[in-house]
Amino acid sequence: MRITAITLGITALAAGAALADPVEPMSVKYDDYGAIETSLSGMPGDAVEGKKVMSSRGLGNCVACHEVSALADVPFQGEIGPSLDGAGDRWNEAELRGIVADAKKTYDGTMMPSFYKTSGYIRPGNAFTGKAGTEPLPPLLTAQQIEDVVAFLLTLKD
Amino acid sequence: MNKTTASRLALTLVLSFGAGAALADENADLVVNEEIEMTVRAPAPAYLDGHLPEILSGWLFRSDETQDLQRDDFDNPGMIFVDQALDQWAMVDGSEGKSCASCHDDPADSMAGVRAVYPKWNADAGEVRTLAMQINDCRETQMGAKKWGYTSGDMTAMEALISVQSRGMPVNVAIDGPVAATWEQGKEMYYTRYGQLELSCANCHEDNYGNHIRADHLSQGQINGFPVYRLKNTKLNAAHDRFKGCVRDTRAETFDPGSPEFVALELYVASRGNGLSVEAPSVRN
Ligand code: HEC
Ligand code: HEC
Ligand code: HEC
Repeated sequence: MRITAITLGITALAAGAALADPVEPMSVKYDDYGAIETSLSGMPGDAVEGKKVMSSRGLGNCVACHEVSALADVPFQGEIGPSLDGAGDRWNEAELRGIVADAKKTYDGTMMPSFYKTSGYIRPGNAFTGKAGTEPLPPLLTAQQIEDVVAFLLTLKD
Repeated sequence: MNKTTASRLALTLVLSFGAGAALADENADLVVNEEIEMTVRAPAPAYLDGHLPEILSGWLFRSDETQDLQRDDFDNPGMIFVDQALDQWAMVDGSEGKSCASCHDDPADSMAGVRAVYPKWNADAGEVRTLAMQINDCRETQMGAKKWGYTSGDMTAMEALISVQSRGMPVNVAIDGPVAATWEQGKEMYYTRYGQLELSCANCHEDNYGNHIRADHLSQGQINGFPVYRLKNTKLNAAHDRFKGCVRDTRAETFDPGSPEFVALELYVASRGNGLSVEAPSVRN
């Protein structure tokens, strides 16, 4: 019993350490097709959280541009990008991670914003204030939020 | 609330949701006061290089209810401001003891066709002038009066009064000669992907007009209807305020209304609407 408790404690500690040390946006390694092999936060994603990130205006707001049948309760889904239904069949985890972190590495010149990028912008702003921001800007999503979104996308099977 | 009321309410909500979200009649025609026939779709000017198959007024993308408000001046809330500006027109202001009327008499005669060709080159000043810049120049140098704020209520109302004298006439701004460099600057801006979202005007208004971005039905971002009355803020809105909001929404450092950058952008955006009717004051959500 005692031993188990100690082991658990160590696991939690290790996890905590990983959480505190995500891959920085500047250091992410994309392969030639724009995919990212390993978790950005060092932790697995949580699909339930990912669902929230995708639906809420203040976070990913992915539904501004995409329809997702699994999010039918979210009103006003956009039509800019393709429907994400079946995305978990079309792409593997590494590819989805790459698309969410910086879709421009998968689709050259795409309109989809880069969610894990902090510099290289033209007239970067301070969020939606209209005022100037200073690079590096905080990325649109954190490493863990990206992992959560990827976990949710993987559940979207036809 | 009893059960029947509750379910009826639920039904109404479902229906009105459907109406607000989707139903815009993109095939509608606009005749104002059963008299002024507006050109709401026109061939795209050659200098758009085939980027748009045709040019479309923003009016087409609004809901049936909003469209109707623009069909009759009695229903158009923007017309109140036109009346106010007509009073202002005759009001003496400034050190010279003059009003607009002192020099321009009846706006129906003196201002007919003016809106349609702005922004335009002013040879004496050697600059591209928007209508707002010209109005302020008259206030300052002709009347000895204080300039109005670039997007102030006085200014948008006066712009609306002047625009009404050109309603139904085709927008026809010049893009060559002395304005060519400014036009190029505006074009460059139109295709620049600003801000942390890295979005250009063209991403939304050229590549995706007709599509929804969340709840918003994207138009071509034309300015033939400006200043527009918005139901959202119940006042007339200047084109530069719209530009400012659209750039801000890309998480960018925006530009100021009246700045040289927005003057250039206005010239270019206006030229993308050459051939559409002057519609101001139009009505938007
Ligand atoms: C401004 C619009 C926009 C936003 C916001 C946006 N996307 Fe996209 N997305 C696109 C477009 C456009 C494409 C198609 C790629 C292309 O051809 O340019 C795309 C493609 C994708 C794809 C691959 C398409 C498929 O299913 O095969 C995925 C997955 C995706 N987006 C996920 C997301 C997620 C997750 C978010 C939110 C974190 C998001 N997108 C936010 C516009 C957007
Ligand atoms: C003292 C005479 C005078 C007064 C008062 C005056 N203006 Fe002018 N306005 C002019 C002159 C002269 C021009 C031509 C200026 C030029 O081309 O530089 C002009 C030009 C204009 C134009 C451009 C017309 C065109 O064809 O391009 C507009 C619009 C205008 N005025 C609006 C106004 C308004 C609005 C007021 C009142 C707030 C006003 N003016 C007051 C003398 C006056
Ligand atoms: C993220 C998408 C997006 C971008 C980028 C964008 N806009 Fe808009 N714009 C909108 C939306 C949404 C509306 C309101 C619905 C409509 O008319 O399209 C709008 C409205 C407008 C209107 C009012 C049109 C009318 O008839 O009432 C103008 C003008 C306009 N935009 C110009 C611009 C210009 C110029 C740029 C580039 C500096 C730009 N927009 C960039 C989304 C965008």
